[in-house]
Amino acid sequence: MNFDPRYSGRNFSSVGTRPIRPDGVDKVTGRARYGADFNMAGQLVGRILRSPHAHAVIKKIDTSKAEKLAGVKAVITAKDLPDLTDGDAAMYDILDNSMARTKALYDGHAVAAVAAIDARTARQALKLIEVDYEVLPHVTDVDEAAQHHAPLINDQIFTEGLEEKPAKPSNVTKRTQFGHGDVHKGFAQADFIVERSFKTEQTHQGYIEPHACVASVNADGTAELWVCTQGHFVYRQHCAQLLGLEASKLRVTSSEIGGGFGGKTHVWAEPVALALSRKAGRPVKLVMTRDEVFRASGPTSATSIDVRIGAKKDGTITAAEATLRYSCGPYAGSWAEIGAMTAFACYKLENVKTVGYEVLVNRPKTAAYRAPSAPMAAFAVESAVDELAKEIGMDPVDFRIKNAAQEGTRASYGPVYGPIGIGPTLEAVKNHPHMKAPLKAYQGRGMACGFWFNFGGQTCTDLNIGMDGSVSLAVGTVDVGGSRASLSLVAAEELGIDYAQVKAIVADTSSLGYNDMTDGSRGTFSSSMATISAARNAIKVLKDRAAQMWDIPVEDVTWEKGHAVAKGEKYGNLSPLSLKDIAAKSGTTGGPIAGHSELVADGAGVSFATHICDVEVDPETGSTRVIRYTVVQDAGKAVHPTYVEGQYQGGAAQGIGWALNEEYIYGKDGRLQNAGFLDYRIPVCSDLPMIDTQILEIPNPNHPYGVRGVGETSIVPPLAAIANAVSNAVGVRMSHIPMSPPRILAALDAEREG
Amino acid sequence: MVAVTLWGSLSAVAGGKTKHEIEAKDIRELFRKLAEQYPGIEPWIDRGIAVAIDGVIYRDTWSKELPAGAEIFLLPRLAGG
Repeated sequence: MNFDPRYSGRNFSSVGTRPIRPDGVDKVTGRARYGADFNMAGQLVGRILRSPHAHAVIKKIDTSKAEKLAGVKAVITAKDLPDLTDGDAAMYDILDNSMARTKALYDGHAVAAVAAIDARTARQALKLIEVDYEVLPHVTDVDEAAQHHAPLINDQIFTEGLEEKPAKPSNVTKRTQFGHGDVHKGFAQADFIVERSFKTEQTHQGYIEPHACVASVNADGTAELWVCTQGHFVYRQHCAQLLGLEASKLRVTSSEIGGGFGGKTHVWAEPVALALSRKAGRPVKLVMTRDEVFRASGPTSATSIDVRIGAKKDGTITAAEATLRYSCGPYAGSWAEIGAMTAFACYKLENVKTVGYEVLVNRPKTAAYRAPSAPMAAFAVESAVDELAKEIGMDPVDFRIKNAAQEGTRASYGPVYGPIGIGPTLEAVKNHPHMKAPLKAYQGRGMACGFWFNFGGQTCTDLNIGMDGSVSLAVGTVDVGGSRASLSLVAAEELGIDYAQVKAIVADTSSLGYNDMTDGSRGTFSSSMATISAARNAIKVLKDRAAQMWDIPVEDVTWEKGHAVAKGEKYGNLSPLSLKDIAAKSGTTGGPIAGHSELVADGAGVSFATHICDVEVDPETGSTRVIRYTVVQDAGKAVHPTYVEGQYQGGAAQGIGWALNEEYIYGKDGRLQNAGFLDYRIPVCSDLPMIDTQILEIPNPNHPYGVRGVGETSIVPPLAAIANAVSNAVGVRMSHIPMSPPRILAALDAEREG
Repeated sequence: MVAVTLWGSLSAVAGGKTKHEIEAKDIRELFRKLAEQYPGIEPWIDRGIAVAIDGVIYRDTWSKELPAGAEIFLLPRLAGG
């Protein structure tokens, strides 16, 4: 990588300002084109037939009647998506999840699909497909699935990570362990020990826009896919591999995205749409219904976590351990592993041990959800930390400050930390007016910390300067939270021009080199690095063109505040040339002016946040209302502070829903009972207070502007902060998320009954 | 020579040892030498291993130099949302 990413400590002109986002007008006027807003001539309607059973062998599928229905142009099953994954287990799982091969593994698993001339015909055709199932025993609860007698979901899976290979297959796919020191010794030194078990229920990312795409496969082997995704280059790779297409012949264009939060990081229905189009010879539009989104896409893990923490009378934590069981759906994952890594990452611990178990269940394939796995681990640990502070008689903020990780601390997941921001967020919370505001009866205050890794990845950016001096910025990271505005600010900053001169777009897969998807809080971190690099390359060209225009050596030209300047007294009669002046003459000085960059953005830097929450609980109904909420988080450098605040607020809002109401409810038959927003209650504006934010700016040493990722960490503390607030309001430790009214009433009843 | 620490599950395919001394100038050479010594580690490298150098996590920059005396820690490559 021919680019120095180190922080330079410069002063900013554009970065840090709050201009209107370039995609704003289209979004508020309804002109923005989302996944379902695209159409192609002659397109068909695709629909998917899904298993009504939680676990069943697919003995036979008869599609003959559906194929004969007038208006049906293609019917497919797993036979039309043969296994081309060549031993790639993760891709095989994605393939099997897209279309079940031998077994239906959860209620909603795709088993067949049709393409027809209209939706009515497609729905009729689905009813004509006859599937002969042999229903098997199922298991949907993470703790039950981990038992030896539980129905086996995959008899080829033997638990990895044990000292000896087990003799029998299991639903527990993997055991992982992290930590250092000697926890037995640490607990022996403790004056106080808190030990408690916690559960969190499965939640969906709750993106407003369902999965949607239009696929068109041509007879010559080329294909197009218009799709709502967090990573169109990744979708291209997945679809090309699963359908045996050449990646360069599959052009994928990302639509605007109505939320993803990790749920749109791998393909779901897109290979099905392409297979239908290939068979029908016409474009196929496939849009999931909300019911399908819930039953067959995206949810995070349900968890069961045991925590034990010990401390001395002076508040020093002597030992901490946790056992974490995370559901993965019916396919192997590494969700408990991430929980085990993040659980105690906020603290300076001499003796710590975490063990994670990945557990298969007959539920949809678990997908990433914003700082995946960290919120549940933080809920368990931060609840126990609060309880321990109370037992010792210390203020919960002071207790955390005393034990907070700092530069030089060995993280619970292994390495030693460099400069980190947990301490400053705790100090900011300690001094925040919110902590001193009075509370009324049935109100409680809670606070909690959260940690997330953040990462970067492969990134490619093009910057083109038009003859009128306007700048087109083509990036390959999907804009999920205002990154086109942020990246335009970065281009303007680097070039020394006005923000309004820059127009950023998300380029399709045939127009730009490969980009990893927008996940891991990497969109602005990575693409800003590539934009800075591309702009610097363009400046080299601009200086060269100015030198030509002046007929002086390029070594005598510098770039200052958007102008080429001839250095030295001998050029005193040469007025600076603006970017616009140079662009206007580009046709005769060497042609178009552009800057390109391809790089791997690494060194994103870990991230910490601390949240404060006030709630009011109605003791008669068990209903909880969040009345005040404050987020304090380190952004490194907030490129566009409004969108950083938006990320903080969005994470808190999702966390509030997760903490208080959201959960997948399965019946005894293994079927999802609440696959819709009426019965699965996400918070709406009227449920939420104004979420206050405080941005801390501790520069990331591995980014020229000091930028860190900000998108995910904000969802890590809310479950714990709200649980601590509710526990303080009702005087009972809440250990099961969501803290829905029935669960709060049950906890109060249990307390009364002793 | 750099001192490399492997996380628990990875050490199981590296002779059960958590700590290793390896002569490697960058991440690429580190992975190559680990795979030469412990062939069982190769599928893990293919699936993705992150390398923390003095606490900063690198996932894809295999040309990243390993400074003498730096703390090198191998970690699972993580998913994000």
